[in-house]
Amino acid sequence: MRHIINVEVENNAGVLARIAGLFSARGFNIESLSVADTESKEISRMTLVVRGDDAIIEQVNKQLNKLIDVIRVVDVTKNYYVERELALVRVNCPPNKRGEVQQINEIFGAKVVDISPKSMTMEMVGSEAKVEAFLETMRPFGIKEAARTGPIAMLRESKKIG
Amino acid sequence: MKNAMTGAEMIIHALQQEKVGAVFGYPGGSIIDVFDKLYSADVPFFLTRHEQAACHAADGYARASGKPGVVITTSGPGATNIVTGLATAYMDSIPVIAITGQVPTHLIGNDAFQEADIVGITRSITKHNFLVQSVDELPRILKAAFYIATSGRPGPVLVDVPKNVQQARTTVPYPESIEIRSYKPTVQGHPQQIKKVAEEIKRASRPVLYVGGGAVSSGAAEEIRELAEKCDIPVTTTLMGLGIFPETDERSLKMLGMHGTVYANYAVQECDLLIAVGARFDDRVTGKVEKFAPKAEIVHIDIDPTTIRKNVQVKLPVVGDVKAVLAELLRIVEPKKHREWMEQIKEWKKNYPLYYRENGKIQPQMVVQTVAEMVKHEAIIATEVGQHQMWTAQFYDFVEPRTFLSSGGLGTMGYGFPAAIGAQIARPDKLVIDMAGDGSIQMNIQELATAVLYNIPVKVIIFNNQSLGMVRQWQGMFYNRRFSNTCLRKSKFCPKVCTGLENAPCPDFYVPDFVKLAEAYSAHGFYAEKPEDVRPTLEKAFSTPGPVFVEFKIDKEENVYPMVPAGAPLNEMIRGMA
Repeated sequence: MRHIINVEVENNAGVLARIAGLFSARGFNIESLSVADTESKEISRMTLVVRGDDAIIEQVNKQLNKLIDVIRVVDVTKNYYVERELALVRVNCPPNKRGEVQQINEIFGAKVVDISPKSMTMEMVGSEAKVEAFLETMRPFGIKEAARTGPIAMLRESKKIG
Repeated sequence: MKNAMTGAEMIIHALQQEKVGAVFGYPGGSIIDVFDKLYSADVPFFLTRHEQAACHAADGYARASGKPGVVITTSGPGATNIVTGLATAYMDSIPVIAITGQVPTHLIGNDAFQEADIVGITRSITKHNFLVQSVDELPRILKAAFYIATSGRPGPVLVDVPKNVQQARTTVPYPESIEIRSYKPTVQGHPQQIKKVAEEIKRASRPVLYVGGGAVSSGAAEEIRELAEKCDIPVTTTLMGLGIFPETDERSLKMLGMHGTVYANYAVQECDLLIAVGARFDDRVTGKVEKFAPKAEIVHIDIDPTTIRKNVQVKLPVVGDVKAVLAELLRIVEPKKHREWMEQIKEWKKNYPLYYRENGKIQPQMVVQTVAEMVKHEAIIATEVGQHQMWTAQFYDFVEPRTFLSSGGLGTMGYGFPAAIGAQIARPDKLVIDMAGDGSIQMNIQELATAVLYNIPVKVIIFNNQSLGMVRQWQGMFYNRRFSNTCLRKSKFCPKVCTGLENAPCPDFYVPDFVKLAEAYSAHGFYAEKPEDVRPTLEKAFSTPGPVFVEFKIDKEENVYPMVPAGAPLNEMIRGMA
């Protein structure tokens, strides 16, 4: 099962290495990892995407909590949550194809951020699954380059909104 | 700046505020400022001959006393030399504080002379570590280091202090107490869970207590004893738990696991309730984990939630300090008797006792038993790692916690002698003995200088089988007697292939001569090779003041039994030679 785990950490030097080191030492697989400050300068938030059965995820959770610099660990996938990932995607696109690409962009809500005689570059925001669907749809044009942030996620404030 | 202290002074001040009873270490260029302050400070400092030994000594001090051990070394090689010591302490959850010098902050990352990224290197073998970036954060970090090392599940903490931080001045005082928002160990167990444990005990008819090192660090010997008595539960301990429950008690099953007693392993395999207390289901304990305690519901009490369900499925976890949890359990649990179960255990004990065969040579097991008798189980026993360690664990009946010091988790050869030195400093009232193999003792033998010069009267008993016996045992049993490089007489005159048999055409030449070596260090050395000489030799050794080496020549074919082969279930033991 795929889990998105939010980890709030003290913004101390080396804290990223601690988390990465924990995953390699314990043999857990990280699919993606994104790190940035939160509303507070003292606290960073890391979003990890991890795959594993319940036993592995339980260990991931506990081992993260055991690190002295870790303030809070939340497995958002255990609850209702919102998830977003940003991707920059450059596809082969001669002028005669621009309309076609633009049509797909509209469907996915992607925005053009750069254009050249040979290519178009889009920014696309959505869940990891949606980003993947967008890449899949663009693949026939020829993807020249793609960069992805990995997902970040938050619990929904009200569980009723699904 | 008025009332300002240098970083080096702050380190000394912290050691005094924390009432550290002994500091072990070795000087060097990047820590010279701290040593300069030690020159005139009122801090009991012990100079070893190798940084690794300083770290093991701090560890031994901590295990024997229950107080944190402190080691101070320089940067680079001084710091990397304590890596094994830190890993040893980490695996066995021992509170050690390591303070290392570091090159000045402006040189960090420059491959400066004696620079090593020790914080990076030790990240996975310390409970936590710090690189001090400015002198103003030093007081808080030092306080945090002591707090983190000694609270929750204890462990080593390293503080890396750049030279310019040691020299800079600060007016920030050393804190009296500390709060770390991201670190709050659970002490009290959940009352609801503890209630369920009491119910499990009420239901069970064949319970076993399986007790590990966590009970020792929590100081729960009394509670374990009371629980065993009140509910009539037999007790087996891990290597790390030896002494937490008196092995002379009829309810003691002694040690379980790979080299545990037959009756402990049978009891675990047959029990219907296994209460794990401060233990972590190590592979040396469980054998084939899928077949471990197959008939039992498992209760697991531990302060570290990560140990729970790491290796085995547990029906009832209780996270909390062992002593606190057991105290609460004892308040509510009903007394019980298990006559049938205790009868069964008595029968196993009668049918499958620990034993060895006499063959006219010195039997190491007999030496251990003789030592135990002579010291009335009151000594502190350190061991190195290997066969002698297991014989000691098996044949010395430990009756008190903190009297058996051994590298259980990491299995560090060379641990015992410096650890014994640290233990003797912590407990000057006790006889301290290091049980050693001829391989292990050579890994930190230079500390004889430390022992002699500080007059630390550790008695080292060397079981000399001229081999790396435990690996040799495996080669004999599972590798078709291909004794690759486990003979410590191996030399350039040896044939390419050696069968290790008595008539092997190898020169009978062994180095060093441990007696002469002891004498070279101005210590005393004794040697014996006949069984009847064991007791008189030990009597001489124990009555000789100062550090003593005692060498017993033993048979290299002598193996450790019983043995559960790696990967086999606990009840499939090899009980001895056919």
